[in-house]
Amino acid sequence: MISSHLPILLVVVPLIAAPVMVILRSGTAAWILAIAVSWTALAIAGVLFAQVAGGGTISYFLGSWPAPWGIEYRVDRVNAYLALLVGVIAAAVSIYSPRSILSEVEPGRRYLFYTMYALCLSGLLGIAVTGDAFNLFVFLEISSLSSYVLIALGRDRRALVAAYQYLVMGTIGATFYVIGVGMLYLATGTLNLSDMAERLPRVTEPRAVLAALAFITVGVSLKLALFPLHLWLPNAYAYAPSAVTAFLAATATKVSVYVLLRYYYSVFGGGAVFLALPMAEILLVFSLAAMFIASTVAIFQDDVKRMFAYSSVAQIGYITLGVALASATGLTAGLVHVFNHALTKGALFLLLGGIALRAGAMRLGSLGGIGRVMPLTCFGIVVGGLSLIGIPATVGFVSKWYLVQAALERGSLSIAFAVVASSLLALVYVWRFVEVAYFREPDAKVAALREAPVSMLVPAWALVAACVYFGIDTDLTLGGAAAAAEQLLLGAK
Amino acid sequence: MTFASHYGYWATIFLAITGLYIVIARGNLIKKLVGLSIFQTSVYLLYIAPGKLIGGTAPIIAAGFQVYSNPLPHVLILTAIVVGIATLALGLALVVRIREAYGSIEEDEILAAERDA
Amino acid sequence: MTPEGLILGAIAVPLGGAALIAAAHRMPDLREGVTLVAAAALFLLVASLAPEVLAGGRPGVHVAEVMPGIALAFRVEPLGMLFALVASGLWIVNSLYSIGYMRGNNEQHQTRYYVCFAAALASTMGIAFAGNLFTLFLFYEALTLVTYPLVTHHGTEEARRAGRLYLALLVGSSIVFLLIAIVWTWQVAGTIDFVRGGILSGKVSNTTMGILLALYVFGIGKAAVMPVHRWLPAAMVAPVPVSALLHAVAVVKAGAFAVVKVVVYVFGVETISGMTSVDWLPFVAGFTIIAASIVALRSDNLKRRLAYSTVSQLSYIVLAAALLTPLSIIGAALHIATHALGKITLFFAAGAIYTAAHKTEVSQLAGIGRRMPWTMGAFAIGSLSMIGLPPAAGFVSKWYILSGAMATGQWGAVAVLVAGTLLSAGYLLPIVYRAFFLSPAASHGHHEEHGEAPLTMVIAVSVSALGTVALFFFPEALLALSRQLAGVG
Repeated sequence: MISSHLPILLVVVPLIAAPVMVILRSGTAAWILAIAVSWTALAIAGVLFAQVAGGGTISYFLGSWPAPWGIEYRVDRVNAYLALLVGVIAAAVSIYSPRSILSEVEPGRRYLFYTMYALCLSGLLGIAVTGDAFNLFVFLEISSLSSYVLIALGRDRRALVAAYQYLVMGTIGATFYVIGVGMLYLATGTLNLSDMAERLPRVTEPRAVLAALAFITVGVSLKLALFPLHLWLPNAYAYAPSAVTAFLAATATKVSVYVLLRYYYSVFGGGAVFLALPMAEILLVFSLAAMFIASTVAIFQDDVKRMFAYSSVAQIGYITLGVALASATGLTAGLVHVFNHALTKGALFLLLGGIALRAGAMRLGSLGGIGRVMPLTCFGIVVGGLSLIGIPATVGFVSKWYLVQAALERGSLSIAFAVVASSLLALVYVWRFVEVAYFREPDAKVAALREAPVSMLVPAWALVAACVYFGIDTDLTLGGAAAAAEQLLLGAK
Repeated sequence: MTFASHYGYWATIFLAITGLYIVIARGNLIKKLVGLSIFQTSVYLLYIAPGKLIGGTAPIIAAGFQVYSNPLPHVLILTAIVVGIATLALGLALVVRIREAYGSIEEDEILAAERDA
Repeated sequence: MTPEGLILGAIAVPLGGAALIAAAHRMPDLREGVTLVAAAALFLLVASLAPEVLAGGRPGVHVAEVMPGIALAFRVEPLGMLFALVASGLWIVNSLYSIGYMRGNNEQHQTRYYVCFAAALASTMGIAFAGNLFTLFLFYEALTLVTYPLVTHHGTEEARRAGRLYLALLVGSSIVFLLIAIVWTWQVAGTIDFVRGGILSGKVSNTTMGILLALYVFGIGKAAVMPVHRWLPAAMVAPVPVSALLHAVAVVKAGAFAVVKVVVYVFGVETISGMTSVDWLPFVAGFTIIAASIVALRSDNLKRRLAYSTVSQLSYIVLAAALLTPLSIIGAALHIATHALGKITLFFAAGAIYTAAHKTEVSQLAGIGRRMPWTMGAFAIGSLSMIGLPPAAGFVSKWYILSGAMATGQWGAVAVLVAGTLLSAGYLLPIVYRAFFLSPAASHGHHEEHGEAPLTMVIAVSVSALGTVALFFFPEALLALSRQLAGVG
């Protein structure tokens, strides 16, 4: 009986947990509930992933109102893959956060932190499984609003400004999305995504539809932090609490990539978007810009978290590059990098949180010699860094391989070289960290530090181990990505 | 259908651009939020105006009427208004906290404070 | 043990050794003992594989399928067998030498040193036994990363800068050129396994073949073909046993090995003979040979001179492979072994001189042969091998390369080989002369009383010198492997 309601439970369980946490008002009860909810979400996502692995699609009608009049939740291989990813990251972060926020959020506010976390999780999962355009907006805003609060809970007062900046830009993005949906509704008369896909080819006046495509692209790109709409990301990631940075870096932008793909392929029909319109070229230019410019800016950052935040912008460029290459291989590359980058950045930011907890400051200048006093943390950061560069036996290599393959399939040697050349930029900023951590003598402050606490190291190292494991046994990640890509392309006309 | 009969859309565009302009051009954090709200309001208009069909009556089934105005946009916009309110409330709360932390709600003063820090 | 077990053991034993070395951090004697035992065990494992390979067997292990169609797999073939034998055998000698050097010079961070060494040997075995391009690439990158702490061992600003150049050139060339070459090969050939006769025949055009070969040759930065060679002299900032390892055993030979393997098993000798688009390779190799030798001539710093000598000698192997004849392929394979033995002897001697007399420049070495006869005697034998004179092993490999060049009428290559020989005589024989026949007063720098180097170092250098001579008289096993590689007998 329960199994038939899994799609909605995925969203409702965290959603209900949020007001329960407010009522209970206890930080301890809140984090226990948060862990329970995160692991439940992971379990449900795992079951859904297994159920659709054979190729079926799960359709769930909210309130038993049939589509297209009611709101439908549609789970196929694409969003099951994404929901699984969000579940995995949530599971790791939820175990990590209790110890981490002890030093970053005041005692009186801790239960509120978990409330917002539960809301954010619910929002992200809702975006992943919904099949209704406006419902997607609602969950988009739920996840966004809660992430603004989560970011604002950071220690530094600049977190407030970063949250405000993100609020303004994110709301503009969401509003653009709504404008796009409105135009699609006016043109097709439906809000159900699959119904829209059927009705769009029959629309006689294409201008409104094209405008809708443009608005949706820009709106989602703001959430995706596609260059040059990424300006909110570095500050938001740098000043938010570490658990929040890890969670958002690994999930929020990835879910936005999913939204873009869902619209391009399942609603608009990928062929129309990429062949009839210059979407591929536009995405290509922005992706290459992201890869090179963001990596270069990362090299010159002094704050470690900001450095890796810019690195995220560059890595998102790889994902959109895969999308822009618009072939089965390219789409697989983009999707597998969604998973792989989430694992890598999740691990990196969780480990950096350990440094933030112990050392307080995140400026590279003050972290000299930290590799000696926090060996496990720093070695984990090196492994994550190797994944960013794309060294074989890490997940990053698998993504790079497929990106290069997709570029070569298109006959573009220059794009292939661009992919690998930008990896060298990653080498530079990763090695900046390595040199600071291992080659300098620790000063008195650093020498007094201890290794990060076990409850933080374990989930972080679980993700690091996943980075290596899924770099060698790629059945789950690559198989899931390839299946998702295939399903997207099937839906394309 | 004339230029002028599309006045609903013209109002939408005017409000949207005004809102965006205020967000970009004004340095006061509260004024930015005002601009954001105006921008969101334009979207409400975008949905609701086309909902009224020419010759349509209120969406209550009654004998003798065939054309009914569309109630769905109203429902959607109710949701959007709520989202807008939540956003505005959150934004204003952030402004209050920023005022406490920085002593100012002017964007350039805040940036200057960070530069000097 | 089954051949599969032996192959996996060859990787597991050094790795396990590394872990044990780390555990024995506080007991230096036990720690060094672990290194020696691991080295001996590795050599035994590797040697046990030799009979089967000599008989024509090609044992292999499939470990995991990483991506669809791309597996982590091993397969032992003659060239890999030769490389593994050389590497594992010399690890024993090098470890003995390291003990003397590290203790004699009171070096810091010795545990880290021995751990990274063992890991480097594990990576080298992975490269030697790689069954496809992906496995080769994986262990190739691992080797770079694991030798980085060895290069930057001293932690000084100079070491850090050298480390950056090392990493930038090696990781850079491999990611930018080699990875593209591998993915491209995968795409056109549908496989990246090493197959006798190559996997590219009939699949790519003439021009593409040439571009691919360029991507491979310049992507395999460890082969130090100019201009991707600068990392080698920069890496001289490392302790001498590391330079000996880099120059004789692992890193550079991995590069040369990879180039030969790619030419024989990816391109296929028959496939590319006669293709005009690969004609540039002998020229590039020849240029490197001459240019590097000239720089060596002009270097006063002994290690720098030996570094450029290595750059030059590696291109002998590349040139031999590029000549695409069976005789030269035999020479290329043999040269991997003979150069390894000769160069390690020279570096051991350089380190002994530094440890005992604290001298680093050639101009300081007048008369040193009288105080350090064993060391300089070994140096002389190593020099003979470099130049290619009997009774040193280098003569055998150079003979084959020269024969191959002459047999196919490639007189340009013959000229380069002869010039290279003369130049190497020019930068090595004067050192021997200076050491034995000049009086100490003729050297720069002040003269201290000093004797020979520590005993373990002298033993090591004598063993490698002896090995160089022994290989001249008894090359049968390695020659048989080389002949199998070239497909003759």
